[in-house]
Amino acid sequence: MQIHILKKRNQITLISGVLIAIAFISNWTIGNMNLFVWSLVIASVIGAAPIAIQAYQALRVKVVSIDVLVTIAVIGAFLIRNFEESAIVTFLFLFGAYLEQRTLNKTRSAIKELTEMAPESALKQMENGEFEEVEVDDVDVGDVLLVKTGAKIPVDGTVLTGEGSINEASITGESIPVGKEKGSSVFAGTILDNGTIQIVADRVGEDTTFGKIIELVEEAQDSKSEAERFIDRFAKYYTPAVLVIAFMVWLFSRDIELAITILVLGCPGALVIGVPVSNVAGIGNGARYGVLLKGSEVIRDFSRLDTIIFDKTGTLTAGNPSVAEKGYYGDNIDHALSYLASVERESDHPLAKAVLEEIGETTFSSVENTEVVKGGGIVADVNGHRIAVGNVALMERENIEISEQAKADVARFEKNGNSLVLTAVDGKLKVLMGIRDQIRPGVKQDLLRLKKLGVKNLVMLSGDNQGTVNLVSRELGLTEAYGNMLPEDKADYVKKLIEKEGQIVAFVGDGVNDSPSLALANIGIAMGSGTDVAIETSDVVLMNSDFSRLPHALGLVKATARNMKQNIVIAVGVVLVLLASLIFSEWMNMSIGMLAHEASILVVILNGMRLLNYKLRY
Amino acid sequence: MKSATIQLEALTCPSCMQKIEGALKSLKGIDQNTATVSFNSSKVKLNFDEEKVSIEEIEGAINKLGYDVIKTKVK
Repeated sequence: MQIHILKKRNQITLISGVLIAIAFISNWTIGNMNLFVWSLVIASVIGAAPIAIQAYQALRVKVVSIDVLVTIAVIGAFLIRNFEESAIVTFLFLFGAYLEQRTLNKTRSAIKELTEMAPESALKQMENGEFEEVEVDDVDVGDVLLVKTGAKIPVDGTVLTGEGSINEASITGESIPVGKEKGSSVFAGTILDNGTIQIVADRVGEDTTFGKIIELVEEAQDSKSEAERFIDRFAKYYTPAVLVIAFMVWLFSRDIELAITILVLGCPGALVIGVPVSNVAGIGNGARYGVLLKGSEVIRDFSRLDTIIFDKTGTLTAGNPSVAEKGYYGDNIDHALSYLASVERESDHPLAKAVLEEIGETTFSSVENTEVVKGGGIVADVNGHRIAVGNVALMERENIEISEQAKADVARFEKNGNSLVLTAVDGKLKVLMGIRDQIRPGVKQDLLRLKKLGVKNLVMLSGDNQGTVNLVSRELGLTEAYGNMLPEDKADYVKKLIEKEGQIVAFVGDGVNDSPSLALANIGIAMGSGTDVAIETSDVVLMNSDFSRLPHALGLVKATARNMKQNIVIAVGVVLVLLASLIFSEWMNMSIGMLAHEASILVVILNGMRLLNYKLRY
Repeated sequence: MKSATIQLEALTCPSCMQKIEGALKSLKGIDQNTATVSFNSSKVKLNFDEEKVSIEEIEGAINKLGYDVIKTKVK
């Protein structure tokens, strides 16, 4: 019976609303007092039933909930035969709860979308060798699974047979499909775009990368900051206190009307819901944009940031050398490039890879009489031509002719921090390439955005030499930059800023060799492509190592922190205004109080919902 | 001791959490320290002694408060 009534809450709300409408319409049109009173009585009784049941259940487990306050208030109104108020208050309370549920679900939608991407079933190989569909919970490590085109990869595993391409957007945020073949790793929650593969399960359920991401986000949305825990503790004593005050008022004034009005006005409503709503919407927005935020404590610290420290290699720069500048001299450059590629193809020098990547597709010729000159480069015969590939010293040794133009280029490229690869064909310099670890595209604009968002210091720490560090720093407009730093030096620097200078510091790194600094900083931000270490040691993860998500993350946490404050002000403000108008005005009554409360709850939820659409404006 | 994760229908009032927590703590065989009800994810997590209390009894206690259990995982 009890459960039945609770399940029918929405229908009860509707009926009670219709009855109240009938009561007032009949009163205004035909002036039938009987119909007016009886409609309101019935509306009060059926409306109060679910609230009273909830109140009773709460009291049984020793909780004074809002339902208790409202139930007593309604009974009080009923006793003094104020059926108008009892009916309207119950209706507003029920209708408010209905709207709350609808709007709350919206604020949670972003995170729900994420959790719903979790795979549910798998085709598992049974003992007879056949594949059967089972729930993903029934898959154990070592099981062999079949994945068909269009299906989700159910677990983290390794491809046994077959090949196909997989969309890994759910893990990396990168939607271009990745080719997989025997021996490749595949991840739970990613989608097989085409092909059919058999995989062996390496990690299942919550141990998979996707499972960890979901768990992190789910825990984050319910993690509580110090302020929130305070509000919770406060609410625990607040509601019983309202009950006691109302009782005292009745005891001394013998004014039931006043006492029950206090009960309704005192409901904590928006206060307890305001902060969690901002939290869940902010974290949800982050999850959509590839920014994983680990809870409301992180949001608070992150939003008050003074300094961001960046690791250089792999964070501000791409992490692997590539050709940054080049110069061509004379004609037949295409031939020169194809000879260069042919020579470099046989070399395992780190710069050779960058050169080959730059040239791309070309025709390769056979290379003969190769001579490796230590600390210089390579000299060889290709297609009957004498080819020299190497640095300036090699060119001098080979008596290569270098034009004035080329000499100027050499000087300029060197000044820009490049390593040089010169290519000469038959004694003439043809190609000059400057190779360095380049700054990631867009980083400069992103750093500007961070400054606009109020970050005071942008610092770079690197293991590289001070010269290179200075070049990068000048190009990016950083506040400070230090080279020759070991991981422990970086950690010491972070510690110094926090302890000696009292700054709030974020450290941005790749999560592997910087873990001490990530852990020490107030906010550790990992540029992770979904790696476990990054997820575990940091407070914020930028998915797919995408640096451009950092300004969004900072803007978002600032907006979320603001949103929480707004909600607290709205909630506290409404209670204060209501209580003040009870004392100083004539018009305040239970129904208006309830209306104001329900409205304030909706306002804080709607305010929180704005965060779901947050986008960085500049 | 086994650990259970119970997914409930969407919780809307923070006092729901107090009620559910209260109801769980009145059952025998539940590890009081591990029992948590989370508001936004609408999940109950707890460790329980399967010799003293069954998962059905735990679900029943939540059901009786008027909250639907959507999915339960026991490990």
